Amino acid sequence: MSGSDSIDNPQRRNFLGAVTTVMGVGGAAAASWPLINSMNPSGDVLSNATTEVDLTHIPVGGVHTVAWQGKPVFILHRTEEEINKMKELSQIQPEADEKRVQDPKWLVVVGICTHLGCVPNLNEGGWVCACHGSQYDHSGRVTQGPAPKNLEVPPYKFVSADKIVIG
Amino acid sequence: MFKQTLAWIDERFPLSHFVKDTAEYPTPRNLSYWWNFGSLAGIVLVMQIITGIFLAMHYKADINAAFDSIQHIMRDVNYGWLLRYIHSSGASAFFAMIYIHMARTLFYGSYRAPRELLWWTGQGLLLLLMATAFMGYLLPWGQMSYWGAAVITNLFRATPFIGDYVVIWLRGDFQVGDATLTRFYALHYLLPFIIVGAVMIHLIALHTVKSSNPTGMPLKEKDNIPFHPYFTIKDLFGVAVYLMVFSIFVFFIPNTLIEAANNVPANPMQTPAHIVPEWYFLPFYAILRSVPDLAGGVVAMGLSVVIFAALPFLDRSRIPGGARYRPIFRSMFFIFIANMLVLGYVGAVTVTATTTIVGQVATVIYFGTFMLLPWMSKKEEAFLIKRGSLPTAVQELLNNSADKKN
Repeated sequence: MSGSDSIDNPQRRNFLGAVTTVMGVGGAAAASWPLINSMNPSGDVLSNATTEVDLTHIPVGGVHTVAWQGKPVFILHRTEEEINKMKELSQIQPEADEKRVQDPKWLVVVGICTHLGCVPNLNEGGWVCACHGSQYDHSGRVTQGPAPKNLEVPPYKFVSADKIVIG
Repeated sequence: MFKQTLAWIDERFPLSHFVKDTAEYPTPRNLSYWWNFGSLAGIVLVMQIITGIFLAMHYKADINAAFDSIQHIMRDVNYGWLLRYIHSSGASAFFAMIYIHMARTLFYGSYRAPRELLWWTGQGLLLLLMATAFMGYLLPWGQMSYWGAAVITNLFRATPFIGDYVVIWLRGDFQVGDATLTRFYALHYLLPFIIVGAVMIHLIALHTVKSSNPTGMPLKEKDNIPFHPYFTIKDLFGVAVYLMVFSIFVFFIPNTLIEAANNVPANPMQTPAHIVPEWYFLPFYAILRSVPDLAGGVVAMGLSVVIFAALPFLDRSRIPGGARYRPIFRSMFFIFIANMLVLGYVGAVTVTATTTIVGQVATVIYFGTFMLLPWMSKKEEAFLIKRGSLPTAVQELLNNSADKKN
């Protein structure tokens, strides 16, 4: 260990300093991960991540609101008339109705206005948001601002003909 | 750019002055690894505060939710088990570091002039640490939590005349209840930041009187080396070793120091059959139990903690430092430590006739060590001077101080 190459060798010294710094910063970053991750949703919150909905109780033309991950989700049982009306593209964010539904009879959208997050109310034409007057049609597409986007379609699947699982 | 920014700040705040002072703090070059434990205690303090803040984001201070919220932290919260085990093992680690730090101070006589105030601020820090640990222990709301808090708050019954009222006032209830839990939580969150402030005072005092050293001799300028890089690197090495040992506790044996009974939710109707405090309170608990009188026991226990503050007055030897040049002082130190372990053992076991006697003898030895110190230190000084075996440097120091008096 002794000798000129271990003492008074600035290169070796700088190298050791750099390695120590890198290891120290890397270690500190790794150690902070558990702290940061502890603030993410915990296991019991994640276990509420899916919601099962029985569709048999929703009459034609009726809407049912369920909580999914703490957010309201509208499930609209659409009439033939409403389905037909939705064939046209919307203006603000053009999107075909077929792409927003799995079964044309059932519209499933997250009931949160894409403007600033209020819950819109159902009316004849679709939904209207009480906060700033945004309007949505029976496909959850925005027809009048200030909302910039259509209502979000959550991931869901039909587990049987009249039962869906959201999430 | 950097230089300009620094200059701008320095005109308004002594930043580089402060950094320079800290980095160049003249440190005795003969410090041993026993001088690492102060900085280690500081590291533990930081780790406790950080893990504590993140635990507080998930903990619920409500008697109906507290115990379950701990289980929630352990099972559901991402890395919650890690945060909690670091925090619970950290409490023990904190006391371990502080007790070693104090033992070093005793052994090398670091409490002696001019470091009395430094020692007393440390004494204050010990009391704050004890209070914080005690209040934190109630939060899991297990059986040991509950009965520990019940017993300790009951100690205040020994207050003359108004004892019963003081206990109710402390608890905010007629027994340890929801009000107690909530206030303990509030204070358990507050006190660590007061500890940080007290640590600042401790460090300012340290930088005023400078570090002691193993010989206890006042050092010349040339005997000091700058804190950075010599002691930053040495402290860092100590931290690495500390983290290895600490990790063994956290990752492999996290429940060693947690009483099993604390995994049972608090039940005010039933005391656990065998109730003991955490290991770091055991010697003081043994002293409490060895006095067969409520008020007497409480006073003895309180005194056993704060009596350390009297050491600068009790140690009257003119020979500098602690055990290095003082064989009798050294023996007293080791007897005191061994006696401390006996007290710890007595505090941990169930009371029997034998342990009571052993505890009482150990209590007498505990206080006896302090009481004998003034006399012993004088006797030892006279004996060593007469024998003439003191190193020349020490002898010169004694002659000089004698000259000054004349």
